[in-house]
Amino acid sequence: MRDKFVLTHLEELEYESIYVIREVAAQFERPVLLFSGGKDSIVMTYLAVKAFYPAKLPFPLLHIDTGHNFEETITYRDELVAKIGAQLIVGSVQESIDKGRVIEEKGPTASRNLLQTTTLLDTIEKYKFDAAMGGGRRDEEKARAKERFFSHRDEFGQWDPKNQRPELWNIFNGRKNQGEHFRVFPISNWTEMDVWQYIMHENIELPDLYFTHQREVFLRDGQWMAKAPFMMLKDGEFYETKTVRCRTIGDVSCTGLTLSAANSLEDIIQEIAATRVTERGGRADDLRSEAAMEDRKKEGYF
Amino acid sequence: MSEFSTKGYLDMELLRFTTAGSVDDGKSTLIGRLLFDSKSIFEDQLEAVKRASIRRGNEHIDLALLTDGLRAEREQGITIDVAYRYFATPKRKFIIADTPGHIQYTRNMVTGASTANAAIILIDARNGVTEQTCRHSYIASLLRIPHVIVCVNKMDLVDYSQEVFNKIQHDYTEFSKLLDIPEVRYVPISALHGDNVVDTSTNMPWYNQGTLRQVLEGIEIGNDHNLIDPRFPVQYVIRPLSDEFHDYRGYAGRVAGGIFSPGDKVLVLPSMQESTISAIDLYKNKAGSAFAPMSVTLTLTDDIDISRGDMLVKPDNIPQITQDLDIMICWMNEKPLQVNGKYAVKHTTREVRCIVKEVKYKVNVNNLERIEGDIKVGLNDIAAVSIRTTKPLFTDPYKKNRKTGALIIIDEATNNTVGVGMVL
Repeated sequence: MRDKFVLTHLEELEYESIYVIREVAAQFERPVLLFSGGKDSIVMTYLAVKAFYPAKLPFPLLHIDTGHNFEETITYRDELVAKIGAQLIVGSVQESIDKGRVIEEKGPTASRNLLQTTTLLDTIEKYKFDAAMGGGRRDEEKARAKERFFSHRDEFGQWDPKNQRPELWNIFNGRKNQGEHFRVFPISNWTEMDVWQYIMHENIELPDLYFTHQREVFLRDGQWMAKAPFMMLKDGEFYETKTVRCRTIGDVSCTGLTLSAANSLEDIIQEIAATRVTERGGRADDLRSEAAMEDRKKEGYF
Repeated sequence: MSEFSTKGYLDMELLRFTTAGSVDDGKSTLIGRLLFDSKSIFEDQLEAVKRASIRRGNEHIDLALLTDGLRAEREQGITIDVAYRYFATPKRKFIIADTPGHIQYTRNMVTGASTANAAIILIDARNGVTEQTCRHSYIASLLRIPHVIVCVNKMDLVDYSQEVFNKIQHDYTEFSKLLDIPEVRYVPISALHGDNVVDTSTNMPWYNQGTLRQVLEGIEIGNDHNLIDPRFPVQYVIRPLSDEFHDYRGYAGRVAGGIFSPGDKVLVLPSMQESTISAIDLYKNKAGSAFAPMSVTLTLTDDIDISRGDMLVKPDNIPQITQDLDIMICWMNEKPLQVNGKYAVKHTTREVRCIVKEVKYKVNVNNLERIEGDIKVGLNDIAAVSIRTTKPLFTDPYKKNRKTGALIIIDEATNNTVGVGMVL
């Protein structure tokens, strides 16, 4: 028993997220959980397992596969899905390209990051998902700071930031018209530090990419990027082997690596506490313009 | 931030607070200062703000650009929505609901206030208690924010005068008697220069009640949730139907009030059946008790029919079970409230329909006067209204419980949330 009825911030965040995830299962007919293999979606999946235990997840996981993944992400994904007995659906960006739904960017800085939006919306439409849960956090980026827990999307999958539904207390309005859907962000109120602390507290297993390792990398615009068959070098760029780890995991073309010897969760937490750059500071996709995230979100991005 | 120890951080409490203010109040400067001096702004964020400030031809780094996130806001130089900001000190983790302060954003202020444990009210030391102070304080009291911190800002512009500060404290104390605010504290600050925000000011030796950050760290938040009246709205029924858990039937939900323990007798609303709690499940563990705002799964000793929207309470402590409610509403939509109109209502996990019977009066949020003649309730209006619901709701006065006393009103044609209500 506790001597006073006060929760720690991690408990409070956990209870809030579990409440949101259960609310999704209760209010929607065909929800889905967007799983990227990054730490945020891993934590979200873990919270979902907790929310419905001892029953299995009442919704599938959806992975939008750019085809440009770190191998470790796919291995981890398949092991996790087997362990929790969840259903996995994969939406393939390669397939969208082959079908002519999208056109691949050209040149050395090409990324499939933007193309994901079309694949995501096509997959949502194909399976008639009416709510897609994502691991977005409000502390990540300034356009996300104004995102709702339950975020309404019109029949084109678009976000209208100036016309968002008011969201008060913990009463979530998931009512919608035919063809519309919701994006739901159960860990909206978590910070990067909270996520890491929770992973440590709950002893959650992560892909090896998050811990220090030797890798062939090259330097581009001040960012260390990983060597991969589909990555092209520009003039003056060259491969070298460095001791690195990922602070976030997206696909290879937009994930910057951090020079780091952090080998344990304790090391990582100390590193983040001392760091002076945000985790999205290493994401090439956000650096494109001041409103890059807002523009992508309006079109239907994660 | 190296002051964080790995262990210490796990034991921190969470405080949610709201700030309302407009460009001139220095609200963005204050938040920028709190984040900056708590080392919660990262270099790349600061660089981005510097780049944007220079591009706009500003002389100084405009810290408001950190919080004004959407393109439209940056273009117009105003905050038009609620933005959530995060920072942590070695003692606590904080969530700021940052809202605009002008009257046309009353609904945004109400939204920000709905989840806050504390409100910062900014007063310009040169202007004293104004209409805007009144509006912000009324919203804090209407939404039952338990702790109010009055920051008298721009003390540098009144020569850090104790006399000015005392007069404002006196005026606010007098004015706040009209309101229902349990706890008010006062801090003289200069957000621009950082006096008494994070670091103690050397310019005001006459003040020794702590900096804003110390006040935020010291507020007692243990009793902000109702621990007296047991309320458990059933959110989701968990039935694994697996071999291992063949007969398991758990009622998942978030405790909205009081304390539940295994062995407690419970009453199910609306069926009025009684049963006993056999266990409180937290994932694979059993909890000794559950209290607000914990999300748990309850199992009962009897196999009775319970579904989402039902509420578990205790037989000797029953909420109001009613179809007729008197509520204070804040209207959130351009299309005015329709008397005799029908709307959908969400209250805890329950969804019903309602008809609006009567508008009793409106409140002028600038001076707290009642408006009795004009009953047209439009965007940002606050009014006392009677509604009748199709099925009973299980409510407590909002004063007693911010969860079982709150509801939202939805336009059935657009599915938009058009109003919010607090049970009187």
